[in-house]
Amino acid sequence: MSFVPGQPVTAVVERVEIQKLRQGENLILGFSIGGGIDQDPGQNPFSEDKSDKGIYVTRISPKGPADLAGLKIGDKIMQVNGWDMTMVTHDQARKKLTKKKEDVVRLLVTRKSLEEAVKHSKGCYPKP
Amino acid sequence: MDTESTHSGYSYHSSRSGRSNRHGDRSRERHKASSSKDSSRSERSVVINPPDTPSQDSPDDNWGETTTAVTGTSELSVSQEEVVGLGKGIQDRTQGFRRYLPLAVGSCVGLLVLATPLVFLLLPAVMWPDRLQVCGAACEGLFLSISFKLLILLVAVWALFLRPSRACLPRVCVYRAFLITLTLLLTMSYWLFYGVRILDAQDEDYHGIVQFAVSLVDSQLFVHYLAVVLLELRQLQPCYSVCVIRSTDGETRHYNIGQLSIQRAALSILEYYYRDFPLHNPALLSASKHRAAKHLAGLKVYNVDAGAQPSNGNQSRAMVTAAGKRKDSAHNELYYEEADYERRVRKRRARLVVAVEEAFTHVRRMKKEDERATPSDIMDVREAALAIFPSMARALQKYLRTTRRQHCHSMESIQKHLAFCLVNNMSPKAFLEAYLVPGPTLQYGPERWMADQWTLVSEASVTSGIKQGTEFLLKCLDFSLAITIKSIPYIRLTEEYIDPKSHKFLLLLQSETSV
Repeated sequence: MSFVPGQPVTAVVERVEIQKLRQGENLILGFSIGGGIDQDPGQNPFSEDKSDKGIYVTRISPKGPADLAGLKIGDKIMQVNGWDMTMVTHDQARKKLTKKKEDVVRLLVTRKSLEEAVKHSKGCYPKP
Repeated sequence: MDTESTHSGYSYHSSRSGRSNRHGDRSRERHKASSSKDSSRSERSVVINPPDTPSQDSPDDNWGETTTAVTGTSELSVSQEEVVGLGKGIQDRTQGFRRYLPLAVGSCVGLLVLATPLVFLLLPAVMWPDRLQVCGAACEGLFLSISFKLLILLVAVWALFLRPSRACLPRVCVYRAFLITLTLLLTMSYWLFYGVRILDAQDEDYHGIVQFAVSLVDSQLFVHYLAVVLLELRQLQPCYSVCVIRSTDGETRHYNIGQLSIQRAALSILEYYYRDFPLHNPALLSASKHRAAKHLAGLKVYNVDAGAQPSNGNQSRAMVTAAGKRKDSAHNELYYEEADYERRVRKRRARLVVAVEEAFTHVRRMKKEDERATPSDIMDVREAALAIFPSMARALQKYLRTTRRQHCHSMESIQKHLAFCLVNNMSPKAFLEAYLVPGPTLQYGPERWMADQWTLVSEASVTSGIKQGTEFLLKCLDFSLAITIKSIPYIRLTEEYIDPKSHKFLLLLQSETSV
């Protein structure tokens, strides 16, 4: 998940679809994000590489829409509804997630355990 | 032998008072191996003798007669003091000649230098006064100038060359020899010129002769200026960094010195040594020597093949591997010994601090309203010191014994220090500082230095200048100082201008937004 300038970023991602919940006047997703290219990456407790300025999930409200959809704390969000989240400011990320006209968001998230799961599965089955 | 170990440390004082005190010390040193026993014995029967007790002299006088010869390799540092003292007596008589030689040479050359212009001026007036031209106003003005310049030259020569030197160096200073040669050369060439062109020709132009004498004095002043630069100014700018390591306990100091010859550098380093290095204490080194002795004593190498001589290399390698395989717990012993020692020292220190603070509360300065107090209560500082001393003496003695510094302080010196602290209104902590920390060597009297006669051991010639990588040794009887020299690096300093308006900042937060 480290970013080398000029090289494409590859990651194993999981698709998570979250239905927004209507609470009074607002549509909420039930999690909090941190990070962004205008933030200090060294203070991110979830990133492996402390220069990673991506958007991370920092908190999930229990039994909220995100929790039910399978989002985990510490996930890095790579795309939201097709919009890239790896090189955005904190505010841009927030805006992409809280559009009033959309009531469902499709995220591509990545986490360390996904990589390991893929590696395991590659190793278990012999190549035909 | 048994009775002498109970003598307290305070009966030891200056070397003048005699051998009896050294005998007490020697027996104490010999009991170093059973030092704990010794200290416990002395704890039970502490005797604080006032100085000059006549009782010590009689039983010890005979013991001095049967003492065997002292060797330089023993660690009985007290015996070496006697050797140094003997040596000093013999050398002082021969040093007198060497010490005054530079002074004699300097004054001779100085007199020659001062007299020459005067002689130049007087000889024509004496030898052919009738043919001499009358000295006009300009010429007499030159007389004035000569007299002042000679006065300045007199003072300058005295200041630079004729003052008593503070040390005796092994070889003649090259620059001084060069300067004296240059001065003599200058004077001789002027004399030659004078003799040939003026005396032989009997020149009548007195104005010219006076100008000639003035030019001589000017040249001598310039040579003196050169002397000031070579002898005084050249060594002021630091060029080299010197590392001084004492061989016995590894005390290391670093100094910056300028361009000097090796012997002059050694002299400055010795002056720094007396100021900075804590007093050399042979009593602190015995522990490591015992450990080393024990380590070697456990190994014996036998030659089984009679006749076949194994090479020395094989033998020593066998010893080293045997030592490695042998299971010894010397490190364990050292660890617990040191921890134990630390604890003991801290305990004694705590008792000492409390005793001294208590003692200081018993005495205070007399104020106005105390003038009505009974005269017997009013004491001068010496009596006051003597009055409060016994209450802290025991704690102080025990502490000094534990840290093995009891031979550095005599009872008299402690009382004197106490009186000094009382006069200057010092706190108990200020009084104690002299005893808690080993001070620089110069603080103690010369009989405690164990460092009187220094020998410079150097591979390069001692009058050559110091360079990067020079190493030499300053040896005295008990220990030596190893000196290495490195040059101070060439510093390249560049400047960078920063506009004060360019200091702007961004706040980087890790904000968390809930969506």
